[in-house]
Amino acid sequence: MTDMHIVVWVVEGTWQGCVDAALQNFPADSRFTLLHVTPSDVTEAADAASIGLFGRGFPGRKPNPLFDDIADDEASSLLAAAAARLGDPDVERLSRRGRVEREVVRAVAAGVDVLVVARDGDRSRLGPRSLGHATRFIVDHAPCAVMLVWPDETPGIDSIPPPKHGPKPPHPPHHRHDDR
Amino acid sequence: MPSALAETLAVLLLIATLGCAIVRPRGLPEAVVAVPAAALLLLLGVLPLGQAGTEARSLAPTIGFLAAVLVLANLCDRHSLFDAAGSWMASGSRGRPVSLLALVFTAASVVTAVLSLDATVVLLTPVVFATVARLRLRAKPHVYACTHLANSASLLLPVSNLTNLLAFGASGLSFARFGAIMALPWLAAIGVEWLVLRRFFAGDLVGHGETTDVRPLPVPVFAATVVALTLVGFFVTSALNVSPAFAALGGALALAVPALARRRTSIGDVARSIDVPFLAFVLALGLVVKAISIHGLGSVVTHIVPGGTGLGSLLLIAVVAAVLANVINNLPAALLLIPAVSGAGAGPVLAVLIGVNTGPNLTYVGSLATLLWRRVLIRRGEELPIGEFLRLGAITVPPVLIATTVALWISLRLVG
Repeated sequence: MTDMHIVVWVVEGTWQGCVDAALQNFPADSRFTLLHVTPSDVTEAADAASIGLFGRGFPGRKPNPLFDDIADDEASSLLAAAAARLGDPDVERLSRRGRVEREVVRAVAAGVDVLVVARDGDRSRLGPRSLGHATRFIVDHAPCAVMLVWPDETPGIDSIPPPKHGPKPPHPPHHRHDDR
Repeated sequence: MPSALAETLAVLLLIATLGCAIVRPRGLPEAVVAVPAAALLLLLGVLPLGQAGTEARSLAPTIGFLAAVLVLANLCDRHSLFDAAGSWMASGSRGRPVSLLALVFTAASVVTAVLSLDATVVLLTPVVFATVARLRLRAKPHVYACTHLANSASLLLPVSNLTNLLAFGASGLSFARFGAIMALPWLAAIGVEWLVLRRFFAGDLVGHGETTDVRPLPVPVFAATVVALTLVGFFVTSALNVSPAFAALGGALALAVPALARRRTSIGDVARSIDVPFLAFVLALGLVVKAISIHGLGSVVTHIVPGGTGLGSLLLIAVVAAVLANVINNLPAALLLIPAVSGAGAGPVLAVLIGVNTGPNLTYVGSLATLLWRRVLIRRGEELPIGEFLRLGAITVPPVLIATTVALWISLRLVG
């Protein structure tokens, strides 16, 4: 067994690409951990909306516990699907809840060699801001190597925009002496 | 009691009432502070009995209507209408996140308009969340769409929002005329929300949902038909000068009988969904705001808020209403502003609604509420993960406010 410890962060919509990249790029006998983080702000927003109603109507039907249950079920089923794709049903799985980017960095704080991350953000507008907030934070703060994966197709070299002001023309050779 | 002292006391009691309604210490109903607060103002003579009686009589039909709509929405849920909607959204989207968002927008806009924003927040949003989880997509855009549309898509009909019910009587409009004038602003609000959310969440609308075990549930034909007939009933009753609350009551009864027979619900469940403590809270809140209004703030508000129906006045009214809704919450804001502008006709009243209905998206639930809520969370030692929500509010509310008010201005000229 190699002593590489690889954490694969699985996110809805892009997890397949991450698992595949982990399979293709690291020895099969590496130590893999699958990580999923449930964002807490989604349930908080829904909960706050019901606070805005002053808790009116439908007493006893506060949505928040329900949200937490649904989110927990979904997290474990996603981790199970990722484990199956990885071909190792017994792989170590971590399920966290909170501010996504902070939880991911916390999860790789010690003893991890590589974190496999799918790029988030809007991939239809490639440029300095195309990395989403969470990926940007993780790239900046993760204390290990980060493998950034294209979740679907790679964009191709023609996605590089032409330089803004055109290429600088090469300096013309100095002909001063010849001119004289 | 000198007017300044009376005013101060009434304002303090309003703050206590709203604070208790938001924090709900030990889960006590919001009426626990509101009703004694109103009673104290009556006892001390801050609110004369005669004025209190007039206010209570004008609020009573609204409160009855609200009760009937809450029962109706709860019974729709017992008839699995929302679960069915979730399964149609899942299969209709074919797993594409943008298609799903479009269907969530449609469902949230229609549910909010017909069954009130309460139904969207409490009954539809959990179904949307579960649907997204089943498709294994990211929940954020879809859940935020529900919370936003619960506010901004609540402009269409008098039943869509409690604030609309409060304004309905003051506007002097029939149910049909209210809907006809507000149709364009409603569409404008949904359109702006779509453009902003689609762009804001582009990075989260990725991947392809897993639709292998998604099957559409059978349509609850009976419940859907009753809701459609109830909607028709709103227009018919109003045209006949009967309170539309009776149409809601009829719909609720039509759904209650078979649900009770099949034991999908119980008398207790139906009674609980009427939520008497909340209705008492609305009445008491109305009285407390009335006390504030008659001791000087009312004339100040009438002074500040313009009464014209030109685009400039309508915009100013909507902005003032939105700001006030964020300072003291939208229900008291509506109670304070609607009487101040109702003399000037339907246009200014509807502009107030635009402000108090779409404004709260700016700071979640109004800043007083946000502040209290923040305190509660900090006490629980939790971080407040609302930065993104606030940013989304800051970029949606101003364009929604402007677009809907311009749409109202056009509507008033077309429909009159």
